[in-house]
Formats: sequence, C-alpha cells, structure tokens
Amino acid sequence: MLNHRVIPALLLKNGGLVKTHKFKDPKYVGDPINAIRIFNDKEVDELMVLDIVASKEGKEPDYRMIELFAGECFMPLCYGGGIRTMEQADRIFNMGVEKVSIQTAALEDLGLISEVADKYGSQAVVISVDIKRTLFGGTKLYRSATSDTDKENWKTFLTRAVDAGAGEVLINAVDKDGTLSGPDLELIREANNELDIPLIALGGVSSLEDIRLAVEAGASAVAVGAFFVFHGPHRAVLITYPKYEELENLFINEINGRQTK
Amino acid sequence: MDNQIKIVDIGIGNIASIQNMLKKIGYDSDRIVEPTLKSSNIDLLILPGVGSYDYAMNKLNDGGWSDYVKELSSDKKVKLMGICLGMQLLCDGSEEGELPGLSLIPGHFKKFSSNGGAERLKVPHMGWNTVHYNEKGTWMMEGHIDDPRYYFVHSYYYTHPESTYIAGTTGYGVDYGSAIQNGNVFGFQFHPEKSHRFGMNLLRNVLKQLC
Repeated sequence: MLNHRVIPALLLKNGGLVKTHKFKDPKYVGDPINAIRIFNDKEVDELMVLDIVASKEGKEPDYRMIELFAGECFMPLCYGGGIRTMEQADRIFNMGVEKVSIQTAALEDLGLISEVADKYGSQAVVISVDIKRTLFGGTKLYRSATSDTDKENWKTFLTRAVDAGAGEVLINAVDKDGTLSGPDLELIREANNELDIPLIALGGVSSLEDIRLAVEAGASAVAVGAFFVFHGPHRAVLITYPKYEELENLFINEINGRQTK
Repeated sequence: MDNQIKIVDIGIGNIASIQNMLKKIGYDSDRIVEPTLKSSNIDLLILPGVGSYDYAMNKLNDGGWSDYVKELSSDKKVKLMGICLGMQLLCDGSEEGELPGLSLIPGHFKKFSSNGGAERLKVPHMGWNTVHYNEKGTWMMEGHIDDPRYYFVHSYYYTHPESTYIAGTTGYGVDYGSAIQNGNVFGFQFHPEKSHRFGMNLLRNVLKQLC
C-alpha cells in the first residue's frame, strides 16, 4: 500500500511549460503535452497543471489545451488557474479532469468552492493557498494573482475553505518555489495540525529524501516541480519521476510505523 | 459485431475519463442520457459516480433510471459495471444517505473512522492502493504482471455479513471489498479509468466478459 501520492506540478504560461523561482522569472522548459506524455509513461500517481497567468491576466482557462491533457492522462488530473465561475468548472470537468484547484476566486468568495463541491463532491475541489514567510519568519497568506499578501490568517482561511466544501488543500511555500532547497517542513506541520483532509505540500523538494521528510511532517501528498523537470547543476531540462519501487522503499518505514501503532 | 458500451450520463460521474481510456484500448462507447435503450442494444452498461449518495440516488429515481437499470440487469446477457459511487449505488444503501440503493448486489456502506488509533487516518481514502483478488475475482486479475494498484477516492466502504460477493479486497484501516460481483452485476470502488495500465488491463478483462 502506497498512501502518499507524489504529484508532478506543471506550470503553464501562454501554452508553454515553465518553471518559476519564488513565483518569479518563469523559465520555458518545454511543450506541456510532451511532458504529460512522459509523465504518463512513468505512471505518476497524479498530475497537477497550474496556469500561472490566467488569473493574473484575467484570462479564461485554455480549454483546448486542458482537453488535450485530459485525453492523455490515465491518472487523476488536477487543473488550476483562472477558474472563477461554475460554467468554467463544468466545462473543465466535462473534458475528463478530476479535480479543480481554486485560489484567486476563493480568496474573494468561497461560494464557488461550495458550488463545485455540491455538484462534483469535495474530492473534486482543491483549495490552493500560497504562503509567504515574512522577514521575521512569520507566515502570510499570499495572493498569487496580485503578488501581495492577504490580511486574513491563513489557518482561519483554510478552516473556512474546508467548511465551504474543499476536499484537499494544496499548500505552496512561495519562498521555496523552484529553489530546490528542501520543503518548508514547519509550514507542513502547522498546516497538518489544522486539517483532517488530505494535504498536498508543494515547494522546495530537491530529492527523494525531501519527499519522505514532507510526508513525515504530515503531507498526504507531495507535489514536485523543479526536481522533476531539471537535472544537474546547470538545470538542464530532463523530465524524471521515481520508480514505484523507489517510492515504496521510501515510505516503507512510514507505513510500518502506521501499522504498528 | 462491435460491443455496445453505454455509459449512464446523468451528471454524477466523470464520463470523459472513462471514454478516454476505453478509446485508448480500442473501444468506442456512447453516453446515454435517457433510460430508454433496449437491452438488446447494450452489452455493457457503465454506471459512473462521484458525489453524494442521496444526490445520485435522487437523480436515478427521478429520471426513471432506477427501474430501468434493475430491469436491464435482469437480462443476464447485459453486464452492468459500477465505478466508485456507481458501485455503491448498486448495493443496498450507505451511512452517507437515507435513500435505499438499487439492491443489485447485497451490501451496505460504512464511513471510514478517522480516529483509528494513534495515527490519524485521513478520510477520504485518497490515492493508490492494491487490490487482492480472490477466486471470484480471477477473471478480473487475468494478465496482471504484478500487484495491481488503482486510484481510490472514497469515504465509505463496503460491508456485508458474508464475503459472498467480494471479488477483491483492499486495506485502509480495515480490509474491505473493493471489487464486488453478483452475477452479471459488478462494481469497483476504485477508478480503473484513472489507473494506468492496471486499469486498462482490468477494463480489457471486463470487455472479454462480453458475449
């Protein structure tokens, strides 16, 4: 049994696959369809595709592309970026996408979260929160569409989002994004303490050991960006994903721990 | 003649995913939006499902689907396959709702307990897990090279005082029936359409069952 999912997180910008560094400087890394085919062949647990400019630029999701992704994904697919209305969500689900990830619209009003959860079930709604650390190490809720922080405490916001019907939480450590410097384990621990629903941790993973540590800190699933698309010190683009046996070995202590408790 | 594969389309499941995978393994399928098609035009009827029990049962009852599906299943040449919530709807009922199910496979659904000891069990059970097929499920596991694993998302699990209808089991806090069958009616708690080659292989085995 392998309960912890390891999820490649792909970022889209104007139809291209990019990778950011602390949410800035998107670097083009290739054709998304090609990347999805490779991840499909590698039998990844799940896939997450996030359009990083749709909300920022007030654009519609790129339906043509999403449909192509869905046709290639024989594993669960989560799409996020620019979803503001139920009609948009309907259209995306109808293409064969399992989950939608919502941030910008939810920060304004959690109504959309409830609406999607009522119609498609909570498991189909991921609330996405970006967390930025302050100079003094505090944590702030970050609004990726406008690149500023929100006044509301992120834990309070998460509680409200879960009450509204979100079935999973994606927590992205802004300062870790693209840095390959290890996940923000303290943040994962804090978030996990607040939640009874699955938590997906994103940001900073640079090794299999980092994935294990994130799981140990309480992540139900670990989303991975740079580590799965870059290779070597010069960050050459190379798409990789651990073998099933590697992940199995990685989590074996975790699972044994669970069974003996 | 080509097999007639029909998928119930009443807005309670992800139909495109199922069609995508069937297409990948070489089969065309159609959505049906009205419960009128004669059984002679159907070899396999797929009942997908996500969402809540009563919401889905209401949809089935209101549209005349419940009677239609029961009627169809009495024609033993027609295979009826439920996926995820679709499998639950084929049984007698669930703790999640008040409404009785279609009662085509005996059994009830119970909620996973999230406080199972020191380790908190996250509910829903979401992610990949293995299925151990028993003798009843021999046809389902044909051609599997290694331990088949599938993608699961659910909060309620199959229970029945006897294991008569269980074809395969999965462990998540408890061991429960994740593949069940009663004659020409069967169901999978997981999503074969989202389970890579393991799901493809299972769907191929299902299609081999068609006359």
